[in-house]
Amino acid sequence: MVMNKFSEQRLKEIDNVISRFPDGKQKSALLPVLHMAQEDFGGWLSVETMDYVASLLNILPIEVYEVATFYSMYNLKPVGKYVFEVCQTGPCMTRGSESIIQYIEEKLGIKAGETTSDGLFTLKTVECLAACGYAPMMQMGKSYKEHLTKEKVDSIIEECRNHAAKNN
Amino acid sequence: MARKLLLEKIGIEGIRYYDAYRKSGGYASVEKVLKTMSPDDVTNEVKKSGLRGRGGAGFPTGMKWGFLAKPQGVPRYLICNADESEPGTFKDRYLMEHIPHLLIEGLIVSSYAVGSNCTYIYIRGEFGWIVDILEQAIAEAKNNGWLGKNILGSGFDCEIYVHPGAGAYICGEETALLESLEGKRGNPRIKPPFPALKGLYDCPTVVNNVETLSAVVPIINYGSEEYAKIGIGKSAGTKLISACGNISKPGVYEIEMNISVEEFIYSDEYCGGIANGRRLKACVPGGSSVPILPANLLLKTAKGETRMMTYESLSDGGFITGSMLGSGGFIVYDEDQCIVRNTYSFSRFYRHESCGQCSPCREGTGWMKKILWNIETGKGKIKDIDLLFSIQSKIEGNTICPFGDAASWPVAAAIRHFRDEFEWHVTNAEEAQRRNYGLAGYAEPLKVAAS
Ligand SMILES: Cc1cc2nc3c(=O)[nH]c(=O)nc-3n(C[C@H](O)[C@H](O)[C@H](O)COP(=O)(O)O)c2cc1C
Ligand code: SF4
Repeated sequence: MVMNKFSEQRLKEIDNVISRFPDGKQKSALLPVLHMAQEDFGGWLSVETMDYVASLLNILPIEVYEVATFYSMYNLKPVGKYVFEVCQTGPCMTRGSESIIQYIEEKLGIKAGETTSDGLFTLKTVECLAACGYAPMMQMGKSYKEHLTKEKVDSIIEECRNHAAKNN
Repeated sequence: MARKLLLEKIGIEGIRYYDAYRKSGGYASVEKVLKTMSPDDVTNEVKKSGLRGRGGAGFPTGMKWGFLAKPQGVPRYLICNADESEPGTFKDRYLMEHIPHLLIEGLIVSSYAVGSNCTYIYIRGEFGWIVDILEQAIAEAKNNGWLGKNILGSGFDCEIYVHPGAGAYICGEETALLESLEGKRGNPRIKPPFPALKGLYDCPTVVNNVETLSAVVPIINYGSEEYAKIGIGKSAGTKLISACGNISKPGVYEIEMNISVEEFIYSDEYCGGIANGRRLKACVPGGSSVPILPANLLLKTAKGETRMMTYESLSDGGFITGSMLGSGGFIVYDEDQCIVRNTYSFSRFYRHESCGQCSPCREGTGWMKKILWNIETGKGKIKDIDLLFSIQSKIEGNTICPFGDAASWPVAAAIRHFRDEFEWHVTNAEEAQRRNYGLAGYAEPLKVAAS
């Protein structure tokens, strides 16, 4: 197995994050560094990745595992290229999130929590993302897709497919 | 039109960027405090303004700053709470996305007041694009001499850093936030010691909400007296309300705290009434943690008085007939909404977000979720309703942090005010799978008790 390594550029960014904290408090950089690792190393955190992050921050691997398992944004198993995280909390529910989730499930042929067999899409249900006034909504990567309708879901899926085809 | 203090400049083109912000008078409050005021003067001004924390608890901000321990040679920290994860709340995001320099300006002034040379904005990790907006605003402020060493020759140094979380509602609780900022799990700390004494890295720390810290700017610019004149009594100033649910115009509104709930819901200046011509059934006025009220108790207090959009009026009647202004997450339900299903959804949220340290919270939230699901899906019994009420009462007050209360109150209030609807789900299980209970009597005028 090929060991993941951050690029020189990333290592500089990490040093910059560490420098925001007092000497000896480099552990404070853990959450941001795990975000970078997830972004750079395939969208999830393997044990090898977590051990690597521990060595970079000079902390114990267990300190990284503890954190990675606590926060819902870290994926501990592989995910699809595009991850749909649909909000299911009360305010989104009053605006029809349940039917949107059902529609995506049917359209992609997977249940929430699963990944399509071509490895393109993962569907997750998540709790409130602070977009209640623009419901129903989902997060995809770094952006929010709001005011979802079935048509909007169709076009997002199509965009993803086109994007994947171009980048292969 | 109501007076706007936070969103006053929101319509100016390019206000997200430094040039437009500065041209419209931005950063004047930093000049004013660094050139003419001592840190204690600033704290006193904030005290006199009557500003109360906008994160949910409504604690007087100036007083909080006054409690900060100031031992010699120990750094002090100001932390901006941008975790914004209370369901129904999306106001801080609006400020940060549209007018980020207002927050940066407020942070510099507030950092000066509390003596923080290193200030962190802890922002929920899902707001990735807002991190970029804030980083850019900070870089612009720094390039123009508002951050860094010896700002405006005053001798005051200040840096501001943005720090993303990674998806955990509990990190909005201030001690969980501090743990998270130290690179740990977001487990709330046992208090005391309070952050004012031992916070980040065991140093004296103040944690304030985004909106609170932004409000410091108009307070300094217009003066505490002007600010305190707005609103009613101890509800001074303006408040951002994020309105959602079944209304015609969901969105973020800045209100003077002197309008009625009815005006807020029905006037075109704000929510524009209930969507699609439906009728109002219920409302959670301050984020998912505060008690839900049926329409009749929402618009009028149990004493028959008009309910106002203030801390005091919304909590009039205590938990028996009142609620709370909370974070300003205003969730409106029309007659087609099912209270049992909504309560279940909130319970699922709290179950998911419990940090798991205290057994009443960890086990209780899971148990409540399960019972609510049974009732919602027609498998409930009447005694389950009493069991639910009893479980929530045993969580409340028996946990390390107020999350336990926050998980209990929505269940208690739903049963208190909508017991008919819960019972109907049990006694008419089959019908309840096909249709909703509807408006029932929840909007009927209250019988005002004879005094
Ligand atoms: C479970 C829980 C979640 C909270 N979430 C937030 C939040 O997302 N944003 C926030 O500003 N305050 C939140 N708070 C309140 C903070 O603990 C703290 O009181 C607040 O940041 C203080 O700022 P303020 O005085 O300016 O309101 C939360 C509290 C609890 C108990
Ligand atoms: S009340 Fe719940 S969230 Fe708070 S410390 Fe206890 S288990 Fe954690």
